[in-house]
Amino acid sequence: MNLWMIVIIASLACLSLKLAGYLVPPSVLERPGPSRVANLLTVALLSALVGVQSFGAAEGLQLDARAPALLVAILLFAIRVPFVVVVVLAAVTAALIRLSGWG
Amino acid sequence: MKLNTAERQARRAGLAVGLAAAAYGVSYGALAVAAGLDVWQTCVMSLLMFTGGSQFALVGVISTGGVAAGPAAIASAAILGIRNGIYGVRVSPIIGGRWWKRVAAAWVTIDETTAVSTNQPDLRSQRIGFWTTAACTFIGWNLTTLIGALIGDAMGDPRQWGLDAAAAAAFVGLLWPRLKQRQTIAVAAAAAVIALALTPVLIPGLPVLVAGVAAIVIGGFNWFSSPDGDEAGPSVPVEAEEFVETETLETEGGQP
Repeated sequence: MNLWMIVIIASLACLSLKLAGYLVPPSVLERPGPSRVANLLTVALLSALVGVQSFGAAEGLQLDARAPALLVAILLFAIRVPFVVVVVLAAVTAALIRLSGWG
Repeated sequence: MKLNTAERQARRAGLAVGLAAAAYGVSYGALAVAAGLDVWQTCVMSLLMFTGGSQFALVGVISTGGVAAGPAAIASAAILGIRNGIYGVRVSPIIGGRWWKRVAAAWVTIDETTAVSTNQPDLRSQRIGFWTTAACTFIGWNLTTLIGALIGDAMGDPRQWGLDAAAAAAFVGLLWPRLKQRQTIAVAAAAAVIALALTPVLIPGLPVLVAGVAAIVIGGFNWFSSPDGDEAGPSVPVEAEEFVETETLETEGGQP
């Protein structure tokens, strides 16, 4: 499997899921269970990705410049700073910490 | 086309939400290139997949696990794409029309278009809201993706610029507006713990997928649900959420 295959297969999968929504009858949503789980799946995966992106390393877990950057991001989102600004400031935090020789 | 007040407000909401979403295409583009995708692959994802959460997820898994984590990357992107299918069920009656129009609508059925259209008071403004948001987001997202990819390409070592930390911040940003109920907070906490605990023992990509069990268990048994029980419908968080809400209130307040 190469990167192009990954990109194409994943894109077609996401596109098919969107199309599927237009093909099923609206009564599917009358049962709350499935749509609740689908909603929560989004939350679970995003949260897991936050964890792995912040502390994951080639060998298990690692505490480095990403952790303070994560903290900065959480604080800024909490005071409703726009997405792009937070992402840039998180990157700057990590970059400066590394420049100073840690992480 | 002559527009009444509600329809003009639908168009304004679409513009605001669309532009806000488009702005973070730059971070996606830069992160995708940093993860090892080339500029073309990065842009094809934005054109074809066109759903931010899934795109960030695929890139995130590839950046930790490389091409070997391909199946997990595809699965993560697809699981995050399920909610677009659910949005489609809700938006489908608003779109109506011929099959080609519905295919085009399905392609751009995401958090932003669903939020703006379902917040409008009547069918015509719902359609205007949907297509305005769709046009702004689609054009903006693809342009800013290309810009971000070119910037990322010129940057060299992504760690030196803190791009790995930017990836984590991007996921926090996608997650944040969803953490409003006890149940979603519980799922988020459980999923993060599971993913971190499994990272040292499983191959890259898998811990994120296994963390989805938290949603299936907590959602399936409906643990930690709020007393008012309004969690049945899919909530649609977007970047410019306040804008959507104020617009709706103004629209409702403006009715005779």
